[in-house]
Amino acid sequence: MTATATSPGQGAAPGVPHLDFDPFSIEFFADPFATHEELREAGPVVYLDTYGVYGVARYAEVHAVLNDPLTFCSSRGVGLSDFAKEKPWRPQSIILEADPPAHTRTRAVLGQVLSATAMKPLRSHFAARAEAKADELLARGSFDAITDLAEAYPLSVFPDALGLQQEGREHLLPYASLVFNSFGPPNRLRQEAIERSAPHQAYVAEQCRRENLVPGGFGACIHARADAGDITHDEAPLLVRSLLSAGLDTTVYGIGATVYCLARFPDQLAKLRSDPTLARNAFEEAVRFESPVQTFFRTTTREVELGGHSIGEGEKILMFLGAANRDPRRWENPDRYDITRRTAGHVGFGSGIHMCVGQLVARLEGEVMLSALARRVGSIEITGEVKRRYNNTLRGLESLPITITPA
Amino acid sequence: MTIVTFVHPDGREQRIAADAGESAMQAATRNDINGILAECGGNAMCATCHVYVDAAWLARLPAMGGDEDALLDGTAAERRAESRLSCQIKLSAGLDGLILHLPERQT
Ligand code: HEM
Ligand code: FES
Repeated sequence: MTATATSPGQGAAPGVPHLDFDPFSIEFFADPFATHEELREAGPVVYLDTYGVYGVARYAEVHAVLNDPLTFCSSRGVGLSDFAKEKPWRPQSIILEADPPAHTRTRAVLGQVLSATAMKPLRSHFAARAEAKADELLARGSFDAITDLAEAYPLSVFPDALGLQQEGREHLLPYASLVFNSFGPPNRLRQEAIERSAPHQAYVAEQCRRENLVPGGFGACIHARADAGDITHDEAPLLVRSLLSAGLDTTVYGIGATVYCLARFPDQLAKLRSDPTLARNAFEEAVRFESPVQTFFRTTTREVELGGHSIGEGEKILMFLGAANRDPRRWENPDRYDITRRTAGHVGFGSGIHMCVGQLVARLEGEVMLSALARRVGSIEITGEVKRRYNNTLRGLESLPITITPA
Repeated sequence: MTIVTFVHPDGREQRIAADAGESAMQAATRNDINGILAECGGNAMCATCHVYVDAAWLARLPAMGGDEDALLDGTAAERRAESRLSCQIKLSAGLDGLILHLPERQT
């Protein structure tokens, strides 16, 4: 254990079980499931000595914390760093890292820009790109499902939907990886990411400006809402930045997770092939099963009772979304990937007022890509070493060599 | 306690007890009512919690907001005069006995 506590709280409330593993270590990331179980079984609330923070890993408590945003706030940062004590590494997000009423206004704008109504006109184009990608991959037969599929497909649709210029898009994935590493402690993953951040930050700042966004895209729609007076002209670029931060890498991990699941569970691939309309739920179930976004923090705004313990004001609480999504108290056969499961209520996209505002974009990409594969592919076989990619918040793969055969 | 009845397209009825302050969508998903998908968890984004409010109850619901109105234009099943999003219906004691009809499809 290398890290030391950076923003220690006032110490654990009496009776709260202490755990001393490091939830941001490579060993934990490599195989979190046994520790997730330990966390859930230790109690409804635990104290993580490594960082001096509370943790919740059962579904009920994770759900409760997510759904009481006035007590468990986001404005002091949703990472380990407490913005009341430490300056954020970049200007604070005006949606993710905001509380009502400030959040309500910015959320309404992104909620409308990314609503079901806004998805309708995108659908046929997103589907056509997915079909083309599936044809191309089937012709190749063997490829890396991460770079050639999970990354390649979102890169072929999302930056255009946002309205980004062609130049400089190679900054997008490194920037997102930086953002999600930054929620962790000052370990190597976070420090190295921030040290190398300058060129990526410069690129993103430039792309968020109105003159660089193609008319008709999500970015231009956000700026138009500033003309309407719903947000200010200074806020618009920051909301565009939220989509650049959270809109690409997350779907790469989500699609990667689904393909990895289908490769490991051939019975579920067979089910999907026999009924491709299950594609949307196959994606959703992979988001529950793998939880590409593993954790987020909240900070208490007052003394509060949680899981039978009294927690003081100003305490950081780490929510293990991935553990809640496999809590046997909530899910039947939680460790089974089941594409016909009723997935409603999983917290892979969060829950409550901050629940992922880009979820319909993610589902659209996931659905059309999986459905295109389901209608063409007979089998998926893993043909080489599966390598994990390590990030303080995201869970996913670096490399997944597979061979697919036609149906 | 507020009792809500969901009527499936085949006429089957399911009666559930809602908690105070819950939305009709939350009560439905908590009770595994199959015809309510509610993908966005009540954030007025997805329109997969569409219901047809029983004619007798329609006027007793608070008016809909702009977001809800816009989303109802894109529901999977046809929009009717009595269409609402169940996540936007807060269940107060005054709505005890509410009857909601489920559409043929949500996606
Ligand atoms: C599988 C893909 C995705 C996953 C698993 C995911 C996960 C999440 C989670 C767990 C949250 C809640 C954060 C919190 O409670 O503090 C969130 C919020 C958010 N997501 Fe996503 N996301 C995905 C895709 C996207 C996409 C495609 C976009 C943009 C187009 C996006 C933009 C956002 C934004 C802006 C927020 C902040 C919302 C708020 O604070 O109100 N996400 N996401
Ligand atoms: S649950 Fe999504 S609009 Fe009601």
